[in-house]
Amino acid sequence: MDHFPSNWGRPRNDAIDQYATYPIHSRPKDSFAEGVQRTQQPIVTGTSVLAFKFKDGIMMAADTLASYGSLARFKDVQRLHAVGNHTVVGAGGDMSDFQYIQNLLEQLIVDEISAQDHHTLSPAEIHEYLSQVMYARRSKIDPLWNSLLVGGFKDGEKYQPSNPRRPLPLTVYLRFLAYVDLLGTTYSASTLATGYGAHIAQPLLRKAVESREEILTEEQALKIMEACMKVLFYRDARSLNKYQVATITKDGVKISDSKTLDTSWSFAENIRGYGAQTQ
Amino acid sequence: MERIDFDRLKTGEVNLGTSIMAVQFKDGVVIGADSRTTTGSYIANRVTDKLTHVHDRIYCCRSGSAADTQAVADIVHRFLQSEAQEREETPTVHIAASVFQKICYGNKDALSAGIIVAGWDKDVGPSVYNIPLGGGLFRQPWAIGGSGSTYVYGYCDATFKDGWGRDETVEFVKNTLALAMSRDGSSGGVIRMCVITEDSVQRLFVPGNELPRFWEGQEVLGAASKKIGSDVEVVPMAVEV
Amino acid sequence: MTSIGTGYDLSASTYSPDGRIFQIEYAGKAVENSGTVIGLKVKDGIVLAVENLIHSKLLVPEANRRIQTVDRHIGLATAGFLADGRQIANRARDECASQRDLFSRGPELKTIVNRLGLYVQAYTLYSSVRPFGISTILGTVDKNGPSLHVIEPSGVSFGYHGAAIGKGRQLAKTELEKLKLSELSMSEAVLEAARIIYLVHEDAKEKDFELEVSWIGPESNFTHVHVPNELYKEACTKAKAALETFD
Repeated sequence: MDHFPSNWGRPRNDAIDQYATYPIHSRPKDSFAEGVQRTQQPIVTGTSVLAFKFKDGIMMAADTLASYGSLARFKDVQRLHAVGNHTVVGAGGDMSDFQYIQNLLEQLIVDEISAQDHHTLSPAEIHEYLSQVMYARRSKIDPLWNSLLVGGFKDGEKYQPSNPRRPLPLTVYLRFLAYVDLLGTTYSASTLATGYGAHIAQPLLRKAVESREEILTEEQALKIMEACMKVLFYRDARSLNKYQVATITKDGVKISDSKTLDTSWSFAENIRGYGAQTQ
Repeated sequence: MERIDFDRLKTGEVNLGTSIMAVQFKDGVVIGADSRTTTGSYIANRVTDKLTHVHDRIYCCRSGSAADTQAVADIVHRFLQSEAQEREETPTVHIAASVFQKICYGNKDALSAGIIVAGWDKDVGPSVYNIPLGGGLFRQPWAIGGSGSTYVYGYCDATFKDGWGRDETVEFVKNTLALAMSRDGSSGGVIRMCVITEDSVQRLFVPGNELPRFWEGQEVLGAASKKIGSDVEVVPMAVEV
Repeated sequence: MTSIGTGYDLSASTYSPDGRIFQIEYAGKAVENSGTVIGLKVKDGIVLAVENLIHSKLLVPEANRRIQTVDRHIGLATAGFLADGRQIANRARDECASQRDLFSRGPELKTIVNRLGLYVQAYTLYSSVRPFGISTILGTVDKNGPSLHVIEPSGVSFGYHGAAIGKGRQLAKTELEKLKLSELSMSEAVLEAARIIYLVHEDAKEKDFELEVSWIGPESNFTHVHVPNELYKEACTKAKAALETFD
């Protein structure tokens, strides 16, 4: 405690302390010496979200852990959020910011219902909305500290194919999958992953899914998802072996109860030492 | 990114380096806390009451900055009084927790407050909400918080069971806090507890010299202990059989 | 209308010598001239029905609806000036949004009705404004089950088992009283509501009308929506048939 109130909140000033008469421990100091932090940091965090396209729609998954630094603090948190009947948003990053986003989206849907204009928000519209929110906040240097995946399926959506001379099959127009993060960055692909998943699961997903988007059944998609979540559990120190899967198809949104990963460790039983050791 | 900045206190600020806890059981909730308040390593108050009334059957346990959490609890207390008048019924624990969350989230840059809100209401009966540093809101069957809590997560995971009655829950809270206080230098003093049920709020007190005691034997075996019992063969380190 | 010409009816901020505020009573007249609106609180839900008088054959069907959604689970129907109804609905939406913002939960109807009551009442205090020319029926189904409220132009509000406002309210109330509301299913309530609206319309036969029916309950997944088309058509057909036997 600085017992010299004249020091409180003041930068160092020779006019005040010309002869350095203050005790050493309470010398006037530069208020800016420690810098000023303007953006917050994530505190209670979720890790990866995975999603990809399959024959009937979009599949998305995230584990149910909310970490506090390296402490696995909340083990039963849902990180997949249904928005209306056609869209799911999955979040990694700060969970308090995600809860805030959930409230925003809930109000957005209520406004849409109240309008009674027979229009419901499409996944693309929700993604666009989120990207605007995220970019606006980062521009205030007060970002919402999340990476989000938006997956959806809605009848009648028509998107201009990137190459009009080679139009994609109609079903492709119906599925939607895109990314948006704390900076407002957006992109879209048939497989997406956030956080650690972007490093570890994305290559696996590409290999398993790309060019098979129109063939993969829900069962096959589930298998792929499980395989990726397993690798993430093995290699991501902020992950958990409990996760949920969302499927978004023409029948709407379905978010599973949490599943427990079936992991394998028995191969390790006969491992000895770290080199030449044999016993 | 990785490191949590626990160092949010301003220089010289009074800290509730704390062990706090709340557990729900069938008829209500048991909340508890240690009584130590520190500025740095000096114990500014050794008999603090960290169990704070916010409405008839809703209490909160405060951790973090004493100033911040008192200010927030005061605001919520005032809000719940006017809310009770407007609704003509006592507010729910969820309402109280939401208001805490709103303040903690909206001012996350300025506050260091980790708050557990617990109580009884006629909508859902007993409930416990945890509002950690960033201002998220998490409902839990049991919650622990403060610096001491990190030492007893394992104990709680291993011990807690659904379906306990009042007395078992009180024992659980008492034992957990005693363990946390014994390992955390920023926690200590006495244990204060409240049992909140539909009918009453009952205060429980465990003096600092009557805390539950656990393992207190020698943990570091070596030269010092050799001198004491020279005939006992001392094993220098644990051995895997 | 003995009040006319006395000078005490020119402003909402002026009492008459016998303690009345005529502007509020005139606002009541605006409600009485409107098509009938009824609300039914039944076993596990709410049904709202409106006799929407059509003033021009050139109107698109379903234009100018008088039942509005305020929040997922809250429906609102007004009798009186349609524009005032829109205003009150927007205010109700704002109140709901502010409750949601504060508590991260769907709002309780009781709170919304109280707040709307205060809002409406504020328009009975000043010479610079006119009171709302509407009565409002609000319905919801929440954790405490269904509830139904009416807000009058004066700002007072009451809870009801069955409510009727607008031109045909007297007959509608007698019909509602005959029903065993607490035993009706949602679909039965829709049929009864349609029948009552068709019945009370008999007195204003010369005008065309469009029936509007909405509900909140298990059948609508506890959200407020207009009833499905098939049920609506069935209700209309049965209502017309019942009219013939009633005579």
